[in-house]
Amino acid sequence: MVMQALYDTLKQRFPLGELTVQRDNLAFITVEAVRLYPLLRYLRDHEGFSHLVLLTAVDWLEDGQFQLTYLLNNRAKCQDVGLRVMIPRDKPEMESIHDLWPAAATYQRELREMFGIDFPGSPRLEEEFILEGWHGIPPYRRDFDTLAYARETFRDRPGRETRDPAQHMKQQLYGDKGDV
Amino acid sequence: MMEALVEFNWMRIPWALLTVFIVFNYGFLMTALIQKIAARVGRRHGIPIWQNYIDLIKNYALRTSITHGVMFYLGPVFRLSGGVGLLLFVPTIYGSDMFSNFSFAGDLILALYFVFFGTLGMALGAAESGHPYSAIGITRGLSQMTAAELPFALAVFAVALQYQTLSITDIVAAQQGGVLNWTLFTNPFAVAAAMMSFLGSMMRPPFDVVLAPQEIPIGPPTEYHSSFLAMMQTNRALFPIAKIVVYMNLFFGGAASWPVLFLKVFLIYMVSAFVGVVFPRFRVEQSIRWFLIWAVPLGILAVVLV
Amino acid sequence: MKEELLKRIVKTPDGQEIEVDPLLDYYCQEGPTVQPPAYTAIIEKLFNWARSESLWILGFGTGCGAIEMRPLMTPRFDAYRYGIQWRPTPRQSNLFVISGYLSTKTLKRVIRSYEQMQGPKYVVGLGSCTINGGMYWDSYNTIKRLDDYLPVDVYIAGCMPRPEALLAGFEELKKIIRAGKAEGANLYAKNFEWYKANQKSVIHDWDMPDYNW
Repeated sequence: MVMQALYDTLKQRFPLGELTVQRDNLAFITVEAVRLYPLLRYLRDHEGFSHLVLLTAVDWLEDGQFQLTYLLNNRAKCQDVGLRVMIPRDKPEMESIHDLWPAAATYQRELREMFGIDFPGSPRLEEEFILEGWHGIPPYRRDFDTLAYARETFRDRPGRETRDPAQHMKQQLYGDKGDV
Repeated sequence: MMEALVEFNWMRIPWALLTVFIVFNYGFLMTALIQKIAARVGRRHGIPIWQNYIDLIKNYALRTSITHGVMFYLGPVFRLSGGVGLLLFVPTIYGSDMFSNFSFAGDLILALYFVFFGTLGMALGAAESGHPYSAIGITRGLSQMTAAELPFALAVFAVALQYQTLSITDIVAAQQGGVLNWTLFTNPFAVAAAMMSFLGSMMRPPFDVVLAPQEIPIGPPTEYHSSFLAMMQTNRALFPIAKIVVYMNLFFGGAASWPVLFLKVFLIYMVSAFVGVVFPRFRVEQSIRWFLIWAVPLGILAVVLV
Repeated sequence: MKEELLKRIVKTPDGQEIEVDPLLDYYCQEGPTVQPPAYTAIIEKLFNWARSESLWILGFGTGCGAIEMRPLMTPRFDAYRYGIQWRPTPRQSNLFVISGYLSTKTLKRVIRSYEQMQGPKYVVGLGSCTINGGMYWDSYNTIKRLDDYLPVDVYIAGCMPRPEALLAGFEELKKIIRAGKAEGANLYAKNFEWYKANQKSVIHDWDMPDYNW
């Protein structure tokens, strides 16, 4: 109910997408990319969501989209609100929010390295974040085949076996009388 | 000149070397014992009592070593000669011809100098290793040593004034004839100041921020390894004992035989060990302040009273 | 390569222009050499015994296994009893415990630290990650076989092995050292080219000299 009220207040000022209420104090709101920055600033300055909990991305390969999630926290009221933004996968670019929360610059560096999403104007964006000397497509994109990459980069040790845990335990516990 | 050479008792040299050997072994066992006590306080078994010997052999047995220049070589050498020199110029056993070593009329001044000598040599050597941690460790070490040395110097002045001599043998002689003749009772303020300085110069907690492995990784010896490190280990066993012998001679009536020496050195060493396991570590500026506020006034008081 | 490591022209305070190549100027170019046992058999035996009874571990936790090493210092396991202790600097330590998974980024630091240690030096691989990649077998960023990059003396299997397993592994290493078979440093020097080629095939930004000592 509280989150619905917040949504209604916001709705009067900004065009918003759909609302997903997860708990009494946690909800997600979908917004357009251009609306995000003013909405974040409004939430921070007027609604008390002063803390940026995280900024992360999801790769919707089939839809050709990246989903960015900005999770904000209101310390006083113990509420969280997440803003979801969909951006096109072929031109992954988003407005930087490092001037609202300086910590966001780090998240943006990570997203830039792991997903290849660009945040023009964010500080130290070009520097390497975790990976050193990485060439090729960013590793968190779903079209990056990590197994194939590992096979061709690192040598396997022969003799490694892989078992299905459920089958293996059944065999261990019941032996041949497994399928009863 | 020739006469002096003829008069010199050449047998003193092997006796002095024997002293070094005895003190070296005693120091090694002592260090291990202290580590064991610290371990028992932490409810561990701790190292075997001979572990330090094994470490020493191992460090000498390492096949490779690298150098950073001449001073890097000389650092541990200076350090060890500081320890050995201190021991050699101080009468170890009072009234014994064999173990009076090379003590002479002004040996107190020389002893004071040797206490500081090793640290200075170390500073030059560690600085040349070029490791920033060494430099930081040296800066800390020298500032703390200087602050700790101040009350000790004052106490030594007080003692020298009190007995009107600069010869350690004479100072020990003046303290003979009963426990109450010890400087500990005739000049308690000097002894108090000196014991505080003693805590600081033993490189044990709470004053071991310079060398503690958990701080700026291990401080001055960061770059030292293989036989360099072995040499410094030797010194770390030898030097505290040599220093305690000086303290014992100046303040606790000296020792007339080896068993008495072992006992007194053990007890004085225990002071620092027990303080060490009980108190947490001081930062450098805290320890300097502690020395200046608590120990130095006592030293001044001792000099004034004398 | 980092900017401060590139070859460049520097102007000195008195106006002179000098060329600086940090990788050549600040580091020694000499490679490792094979150091065979130098003494007679009986002394070498004594030394091997001393080496085995005084294992100084480099305090460098590469992965989750580092958390299994800490209990060894506590009263419950008390590895100091066996002459095992931790040193804060690679110069003084001679046992490198690769504790768990090793990302290529950490591998670079591990190689630097390993090469700074003084021989004879030993490597213990901890956990299945160092053996065949373990649960990170398909990771883009974690190496699979540690012995491709460093000479390993003992592997301790498990995910993670318990501190008891570590102690057992160290005892095993002691046996190997006493038998005079722990010649990892010499192996590294002998097959230096092969190790370097392997290391460079996974570390893409090689911004250090080939041998750091």
